[in-house]
Amino acid sequence: MREVNKDIMQYLDGMQIISHDIMNKVDALYNNYDYNIYTRENVISALDKDCLSLGDYAALLSPAAGEFLEQMAARAKEETFKHFGNSVSVYTPLYIANYCESHCVYCGFNCMNKIHRAMLTEQEIDNELKAIAKQGFKEILLLTGESRKKSSVEYIGKAVTIAKKYFATIGIEIYPLNSDEYAYLNSLGADYVSVYQETYNKQKYAEQHLRGAKRVFPYRFNAQERALIGGMRGVCFGALLGLDDWRKDAFAVGAHAFYIQKKYPHAEISFSCPRMRPYINNSQNNPKDVHERQLLQVILAYRLLMPYATINISTREKSSFRDGVVGLACNKISAGSKVGVGGHDGDEKGDEQFDISDPRGLEEVNEMLENKGLQPIFTDSQYLI
Amino acid sequence: MQQDKLRIGGKEFDSRFILGSGKFSLKFMKSVIENAEVEMVTVALRRANIGGGNNILDYIPNNITLLPNTSGARTAAEAVRIARLAREVGCGNFVKLEIIGDSKYLLPDNNETVKATEILANEGFIVMPYMYPDLYAARALVSAGASAVMPLGSPIGTNKGIRTKDFIKILLDEIDLPIIVDAGIGRPSEAAEAMEMGVSAVMANTAIATAGNVDLMAAAFKNAVIAGRQAYLAGLGRVLESKAEASSPLTGFLED
Repeated sequence: MREVNKDIMQYLDGMQIISHDIMNKVDALYNNYDYNIYTRENVISALDKDCLSLGDYAALLSPAAGEFLEQMAARAKEETFKHFGNSVSVYTPLYIANYCESHCVYCGFNCMNKIHRAMLTEQEIDNELKAIAKQGFKEILLLTGESRKKSSVEYIGKAVTIAKKYFATIGIEIYPLNSDEYAYLNSLGADYVSVYQETYNKQKYAEQHLRGAKRVFPYRFNAQERALIGGMRGVCFGALLGLDDWRKDAFAVGAHAFYIQKKYPHAEISFSCPRMRPYINNSQNNPKDVHERQLLQVILAYRLLMPYATINISTREKSSFRDGVVGLACNKISAGSKVGVGGHDGDEKGDEQFDISDPRGLEEVNEMLENKGLQPIFTDSQYLI
Repeated sequence: MQQDKLRIGGKEFDSRFILGSGKFSLKFMKSVIENAEVEMVTVALRRANIGGGNNILDYIPNNITLLPNTSGARTAAEAVRIARLAREVGCGNFVKLEIIGDSKYLLPDNNETVKATEILANEGFIVMPYMYPDLYAARALVSAGASAVMPLGSPIGTNKGIRTKDFIKILLDEIDLPIIVDAGIGRPSEAAEAMEMGVSAVMANTAIATAGNVDLMAAAFKNAVIAGRQAYLAGLGRVLESKAEASSPLTGFLED
């Protein structure tokens, strides 16, 4: 296999370079984060504060905080209710293509996996979106694999334009773009961008991302900032927990979001919390364990660091966990998720990226929320273009 | 008390309690409105799922004055567009102007709010701007055509009470428009405290939405607002704030 870019810090042609100031700060914090130095007293002190510093956040992710999960949950619930009441936003994802030019060792869509690839035509996108909207959804997340060649910005733009006919809120989870490209998609109706750094450990990043644009660490790191420069309203952060040391990665995710919010105070910040799930051809991997208890510690720490941020709970998690964290710390949940290409209007057209653990549709998720005294929110934004 | 009406934008209201609606289930809306006996309810246009499920506009009785807010707006231009859309979908002329450019503290941007107030007031809107209690900004809002000003008691959603009390008192002394405390009121006693100070009305959402029994808390707020208003109208008895009076007069040595 040929490595097209050996140095993960080296940009490829056409990639926009912006300031590395936030990346350098996060990198320094990440490298110096020793979670073993934190004590019970540090955790208690953090839980007593209204507004947490990154130092307090570091304590909440430490082993010392393990015995305080219940107290963290109580604080998190209080903050979640203060900021969101009993509202929980409900959305669904649509994969429009799964072609990929990156080789990410852990991913089911990676370019070395011989899986069934597919890409929806404009008519198929319209049919899928119409079928989703008919179910009652008003928020859609459009996803592609990491292939600029197959799923171009123009192609994604067409999907956004179609989505605008049916949805009040459009998010995109695609390969990172330059700010002018984000501005283009924003002008068509997309307002929210999700990009996950996977791991903030550069050495591990290099080992896991063997080729393709995704191998360029700083270009991916700065995607949220370029999206905001391009006029997007909100950006989502996350690491693939379990790929490396989850405490350090979760710490870096929080610090990344913290500095972005500080530099762009208007930005709507959100977090997703994926962890390693089974996938094909993975026998050589040995991910560090992130059990539900550890995942919950991360989610609660996100909530306490940024009480105002949206926290989304993945369909990778089983229903009992999702039902437990929604309203406690998470205020956004997907329903009726399909992780192959299409699938809302007839059969899926490509293989799935990962296994989902909660196949419930919109009606069942609504029922669960209402039984918990929560209210599903379908629309929480207003088009102004 | 019969004549003690709240007057805003040519309308008269008996209730001096405004209900925020974003944080509790829509199915409770009717009973909360009834228990609070409110006549004005705020609605976030971005939550109006027109033609879809859980549309907040379908849950508010017709006799209630809608106060659509511009939440989500970061600039004057965005707020103006939201207000116009609200009017187009039948929410009326009242608008609670809310312009927030900071996702962390959710503090209102007074400068942008003044700009939007002027534009909307000129278009015939009854503009009720949410603001940080700054005297200069309040004066500018009066000049721009606001129909009321809505200073925050403390940041949205914090339930911390009236931390800005001294600054709201300045607005009460200087601004000849209804002053409505908009955010931060966490308990009925704080609503009463605001009313005792002489504000025209109070608004709350989080405090009711996060209560164990929303209907009962709605009624508690109603009663607190009435009690506070009555105390204000009655004229508070003399309250010594910090010092006791010396039992022997300090000036007793004076002889002629």
